[in-house]
Amino acid sequence: MTWVLVTVMVVATALSDLLQSYEMKRAGVQSVGARGVGRLLRMIVERRYLLLSIVCLAFSFFAFMALVQAAPLSFAVPASAASFILETLLAKVLLKEQIGARRAAGALLVLCGLLALAR
Amino acid sequence: MPLSARAIRTYFLLLTFLALRAFGNLCLAWGTKHLPETLAADPLVYLRSMLDPAIALGIVMLILALLVRLALLSVADLSFVLPMTAVGYVLAALLGRFFLHEVVSPQRWLAVALIFAGTALVSSTPQNTTPPSARGMIEGAK
Repeated sequence: MTWVLVTVMVVATALSDLLQSYEMKRAGVQSVGARGVGRLLRMIVERRYLLLSIVCLAFSFFAFMALVQAAPLSFAVPASAASFILETLLAKVLLKEQIGARRAAGALLVLCGLLALAR
Repeated sequence: MPLSARAIRTYFLLLTFLALRAFGNLCLAWGTKHLPETLAADPLVYLRSMLDPAIALGIVMLILALLVRLALLSVADLSFVLPMTAVGYVLAALLGRFFLHEVVSPQRWLAVALIFAGTALVSSTPQNTTPPSARGMIEGAK
């Protein structure tokens, strides 16, 4: 059960971030001011992918809630870092971002950490 | 604003964010562990669980943490903020150890350290590697 929850949390987080990144890059540079927040909120409602990303975020949060109930906090929070690996892969394949040596090394370190966490 | 005042503001926001998220997670963990029922696929169970004071407090703290992070991102670069927030993994292990009396084995400390180092490294890479159409003003800061 623990690993099902970790998987749901990680996949939902990665999907949410991916959708957000994709849609916000299409929308162009945004300012974060008093008026910017209002415009952001309107954008979330208007743009389908952003709305979908919020839904994913909700799924990820509820999976996290169930996870901290069943597993130790010192496991649940570090396990959520698995999304970095999935996101790095998806960012390369779907968003065509270039993955440098440092980012690849970082994702690899996280993977080693997860393997140590899993045992 | 003088540089030092800006730096103090940045670190104040950073510490506030880290504390809110870490203790928000702690409240959530403590609250859910003391619930009479198991959180499953049933949405009603989740709605009921949010009436629990510890869980409600945790959720409020996490929402505040999100807002403070927004404010933080308005004064600091993402490449500074992300590695710093990776400290959260270490904080979670510490809070679990001291407040929830979790047993954190040496191997788990190693795992947490590796994940912290890995996320810090991933986060310190260039922010924008996609074509110029999407590029903002961040480039000028280098």
